[in-house]
Amino acid sequence: MTKENRRDWLIKGGLVIDPPSGTMEVRDVLVERGRISGIAPQISKEGVSIIDARGMWVVPGLIDIHVHFRDPGYEYKETIETGLKAAASGGFTQVCCMPNTSPVNDTGAITLYMREKAKKVKGPLLYPVGAITKGQKGETLAEIGDMVENGAVAISDDGHPVMNSETMRRAMEYASHFGIPVMDHCEDKNLSADGLIHEGLVSTALGFKGIPSASEEVMVARDICLARLTGTRVHLQHLSSKGSVELVRWAKNMGLPVTCEVTPHHLTLTHHAVETYDTNTKVNPPLRTEEDRQALIEGLTEGVVDCVASDHAPHSLKEKDVEYDLAAFGISGVETALGIVLRLVQEGKLSPLRAIEAMSTSPARIVGLDGGGLGVGQPAHITIIDPEKTWEVKPEEMLSKGKNTPFAGWKLKGKAIITMVNGEVVWEAR
Amino acid sequence: MLKGRDLIALADLSKEEILYILDTAESMKEVLTRDIKKVPTLRGKTVVNLFFEPSTRTRTSFEMAGKRLSADVINFSPATSSLVKGETLKDTAKNIEAMGVDAAVVRHKASGACRYLSKVLSAPVINAGDGIHEHPTQGLLDLFTIREKKGGIEGLRVAIAGDIYHSRVARSDIHGLVKLGAQVMVAGPPTMIPPEIESMGVCVVPSVDEILGEVDVVIMLRIQMERQTSPLFPSMREYSRYFGLSMEKIKDGMAKDLLLMHPGPVNWGVELSPEMAYYSNNLILNQVTNGVAVRMAVLYAVIAG
Ligand SMILES: [Zn+2]
Repeated sequence: MTKENRRDWLIKGGLVIDPPSGTMEVRDVLVERGRISGIAPQISKEGVSIIDARGMWVVPGLIDIHVHFRDPGYEYKETIETGLKAAASGGFTQVCCMPNTSPVNDTGAITLYMREKAKKVKGPLLYPVGAITKGQKGETLAEIGDMVENGAVAISDDGHPVMNSETMRRAMEYASHFGIPVMDHCEDKNLSADGLIHEGLVSTALGFKGIPSASEEVMVARDICLARLTGTRVHLQHLSSKGSVELVRWAKNMGLPVTCEVTPHHLTLTHHAVETYDTNTKVNPPLRTEEDRQALIEGLTEGVVDCVASDHAPHSLKEKDVEYDLAAFGISGVETALGIVLRLVQEGKLSPLRAIEAMSTSPARIVGLDGGGLGVGQPAHITIIDPEKTWEVKPEEMLSKGKNTPFAGWKLKGKAIITMVNGEVVWEAR
Repeated sequence: MLKGRDLIALADLSKEEILYILDTAESMKEVLTRDIKKVPTLRGKTVVNLFFEPSTRTRTSFEMAGKRLSADVINFSPATSSLVKGETLKDTAKNIEAMGVDAAVVRHKASGACRYLSKVLSAPVINAGDGIHEHPTQGLLDLFTIREKKGGIEGLRVAIAGDIYHSRVARSDIHGLVKLGAQVMVAGPPTMIPPEIESMGVCVVPSVDEILGEVDVVIMLRIQMERQTSPLFPSMREYSRYFGLSMEKIKDGMAKDLLLMHPGPVNWGVELSPEMAYYSNNLILNQVTNGVAVRMAVLYAVIAG
């Protein structure tokens, strides 16, 4: 590829999977000056680089609306640069990063720092999610307008959720003025206090304090009530229990402005994974039962669950090579998310269209990003996937600084081979 | 049979392995009745007691067990260690091991800590109580004590009552008793019954009072105020009334056969009313004596086999 035409491409012969139009057919895709300029069965064009995509899937660029890039403050776990490189290799073209940095992203200045730093990296576009409250302390509102002006696309106190319902109500009302959704990590901190894993037969047998599903469900119910009260769009993060899915189903039937996400690990693993004592299974919300897992898959298939988000939470060995109770919560997930979701496709649980919708179209809609479709005139955010490529998850080869994956040694089928942002190839498999 | 192995949980042991330890403990108990209560079995071997949580009874019991077998026993407790300086558990344990130990007896406040150390250390790790997970040597000594009195475990009906949630003893007792064929019932305030405890092969009964006439053994657990992070019952007074055991609850005819056990130390007046100290089938001190024999058997099994 040469410098002059690096944003001009003809992607030939790939299976175009485009959820907004419902297309799933072999098409050529023409990209000029960073935008999609043509999609047709046969396109010929002089002077552009050809990408031979025969046998590949050509899909709207994947979007992950829940990552922790730890920058500023915890650069030993991840930086915006390493996080973006890892996300690019996972097929992601746009990411939304959570505000639990140090300092917390609760002002326009921190939001701007993140965006400026991301602009210097050849990788996915980065959209910060600002804090709901100052310092994520749950007390006074953060400068939401200032953050939105500097590029924040949503607010969330992820990791330190707002317990006070009055504060949450006012945050929702205030946020609605700026047209952004309020995201919530649903957890009643009193119910989950000191909990390490899902409360159930595994926590009982291992003698670990449990985190009951109810600690999530009571907050899901609260947020649904507040969405009804305020009319503000509410996005519920990383749901883990069957009860939560049922509550969201009810909210959607009521026509309330509620959306939600699930993570690849909650779609794949249950609390029995903890019996290995592998601290990489320690995650919040915790891995729950098979019944919960099936309900999450069913919710995703039906569309009650809108999207998949990785909750990419990189940690260093210092925080994971310790006793289970001392280990940090979190899974490094951007590099395995696609492979894990494709596993559900291979098992017949999800159609390819629904899988791509959940990883691109829906997240774009939830936070209001350009992308999520392959329409002519749209920015060329495109992911090219080899659906047959089998690969093994090897933590030591991961680009993220966080090697904390419970999927080490898993053989996955399907991998992003080219990630394109605004027509620029930001990642290409060797 | 168990040489070089860790002893982390009775959940990990087979029925045969448990019986092997109990049989070995019988010969150890015979040693304890001798005039010279010492055998040279573990001469030249070193056992370290790594107690990251204070305990006098269990540590002393292990220390005595090691000494009766002629092992060198070294006590390590965090107050005098470098743990306070921010050294990790792994570092501390590996440093101690590097000095040359043949087995590490570990007590820790966190569930899973002994399992973690067993992966880190090459010497066998013996769990002396990890958080609210297991206390396998207590479980073994309870089995030994019951077997000694009743001649066997199979078919017995055993009630375990009190704070099941926070009890590592209950978990070890349950695994041991179920594996040896006893029928186990647990009772206590609903706030202290862990969810899905039935999956461990027991049944939950509302009150121990109701089943006193049907069981062979009742194991009363210590109320551990220090482990409670939220209120699980209103007062000691109310606890003793509804969930404690007193002579007036033991009806005529029961007392002859009903064995009473408790892992100690007892909160007299709470889980057991004071007069229960004089109950004829109170085996609390037998448990203490048998604890030394069982720990001798465990040290012998993992070090010498
Ligand atoms: Zn979260």
